[in-house]
Amino acid sequence: MTTTDNQATEAPDPASTPGASRAAKASRAVLPPLGLGLALVGLWYYVSYIVLEDKRRFLLRPIHQVIKVGFMDADNRTEELQALWSSTRIALIGLSIAISIGFTLAIIMSQAKVVEKAIFPYMVTLQAIPILAVVPLISFWFGTGATSRIVVCVMISLFPIIVNTLFGLQSAEQGAHDLFTLHHASRMTRLRKLMFPAALPAIFAGLRISAGLSVIGAIVGDFFFGKGDAGIGQLLRRHASRLNGEELLASVILSSLLGVVVFGFFGWIQKRATGRWHDAISAEA
Amino acid sequence: MGATNQVVTDGSLAFNRIGMVFPDGTEALRDISFTVDKGEFVTVVGPSGCGKSTLLKIASGLLEPTGGSVAVDRDHLGYVFQDATLLQWRTVRANVELFSELNDVPTAERRQLAREAIDLVGLKGFENHYPKSLSGGMKMRCSLARSLTLKPPVFLFDEPFGAVDEITREHLNSETQQLFQNEGFAGLFITHSISEAVFLSTKVLVMSARPGRIVAEFDIPFDYPRNPELRFDPDFAELSGRVSVELRGSHS
Ligand SMILES: Nc1ncnc2c1ncn2[C@@H]1O[C@H](COP(=O)(O)OP(=O)(O)O)[C@@H](O)[C@H]1O
Ligand SMILES: [Mg+2]
Repeated sequence: MTTTDNQATEAPDPASTPGASRAAKASRAVLPPLGLGLALVGLWYYVSYIVLEDKRRFLLRPIHQVIKVGFMDADNRTEELQALWSSTRIALIGLSIAISIGFTLAIIMSQAKVVEKAIFPYMVTLQAIPILAVVPLISFWFGTGATSRIVVCVMISLFPIIVNTLFGLQSAEQGAHDLFTLHHASRMTRLRKLMFPAALPAIFAGLRISAGLSVIGAIVGDFFFGKGDAGIGQLLRRHASRLNGEELLASVILSSLLGVVVFGFFGWIQKRATGRWHDAISAEA
Repeated sequence: MGATNQVVTDGSLAFNRIGMVFPDGTEALRDISFTVDKGEFVTVVGPSGCGKSTLLKIASGLLEPTGGSVAVDRDHLGYVFQDATLLQWRTVRANVELFSELNDVPTAERRQLAREAIDLVGLKGFENHYPKSLSGGMKMRCSLARSLTLKPPVFLFDEPFGAVDEITREHLNSETQQLFQNEGFAGLFITHSISEAVFLSTKVLVMSARPGRIVAEFDIPFDYPRNPELRFDPDFAELSGRVSVELRGSHS
């Protein structure tokens, strides 16, 4: 919890300020990133046309080229969208599995300090394994298709969910626990009415990180395991080997867009779930 | 454990030769005996760290004493902490309903109890507010209301107004005193403010530095209801002075 225990701020909710200042606020929020974006586009063109000579321009194609070839060309577009859908599916499945495993482990660990102490070092170890090192093992055990892609995705996105959920479950104050003790609350009641709600802000913080990681995980998985339908990772690999600069950049843009959408989605759910009572550090997507 | 917790039904609280030594060897309390009967409001003042909170934790059953016994009905024990300990995700109403909920009181009755308690502490109109939008004093009122839903025959207060400003504290003192009058509980109050102690109580106990022992006892004769102006009465000042002398003596 970030709130102090007394002297609540009675400052008005930002949402209730009049329309004029809201517009000012919105423009303050939009203008700086917009400005930076334009500057980056400028830099991009500068590098494409001025820094790179003609025969090396494939290293960074100008933006309009990327859009034209990567997204306007019907064949390329179909291919990109299919890959996008395939990666999205893997990311969602992987994330769901990571959430289930993560919640379960965190809840178990929250019930007794000794269980936490027993499991935690192994989790840290698991987290420290470079994916590259286990790719051969994964393909050995799970083949080179969708299952392996999902495994990679889960491995990459699991850790923040466990750590944040556990931290959240342990964040309820001792005084609040005492109230539940005084009224003979069962373990389940304590979990449901105290530990879990207290954990929500931390859980969502973990979910947002893991959601982003699940997209990365899915694409890394695609990259190594291409059997069955091809995800964005396969496209990246293919375009890179053929020096298709435009298509390569288009795939990069798509994958980061997917990450942003997922991140924003969880931010939105978080706001719905805890916005009324929790002063979240506002990180709008 | 050696302590027995006899259940008494006349709405009173009795400590019988309570001793408390924590596992790390800290002796917090030694040989504490006193009772709080219905119609009594007893305040314990003492230097910080002398074992006041420990005494209330023992009364409530959160801690087992290492010596002696407590007699109190714990099913309807009012108990407020220094922190309001409200659940941030619950509105004022839902916070006030918490104990009824934990004790499986049916919904309609739960609502009714909460409504009454919220009225009593003057939080009407704030039922749907979340704790983050309440001032320190209002949070404390909410915490009081939560315990009032138990209709407590015995009410423990652990420095509940230590963190609010002076003006709010005086308001809350007057209101606590009214609650004591109207609800008729036996009150056991902890504070380090002598004026708060004398203003509220029928009896003030002075506790020594660790290990906490009761070293002095003062009967407070003023009639209820007590006005805030009582604090400027010469008799009030005289009594406060005597408590203060004992309290200073207890530090050494
Ligand atoms: N669980 C514990 N283990 C060891 N010592 C404790 C524990 N709880 C409290 N104490 C010690 O017991 C003494 C009395 O604490 P407390 O009752 O909180 O004091 P007070 O409320 O009078 O300020 C303090 O010195 C405190 O450090
Ligand atoms: Mg204390």
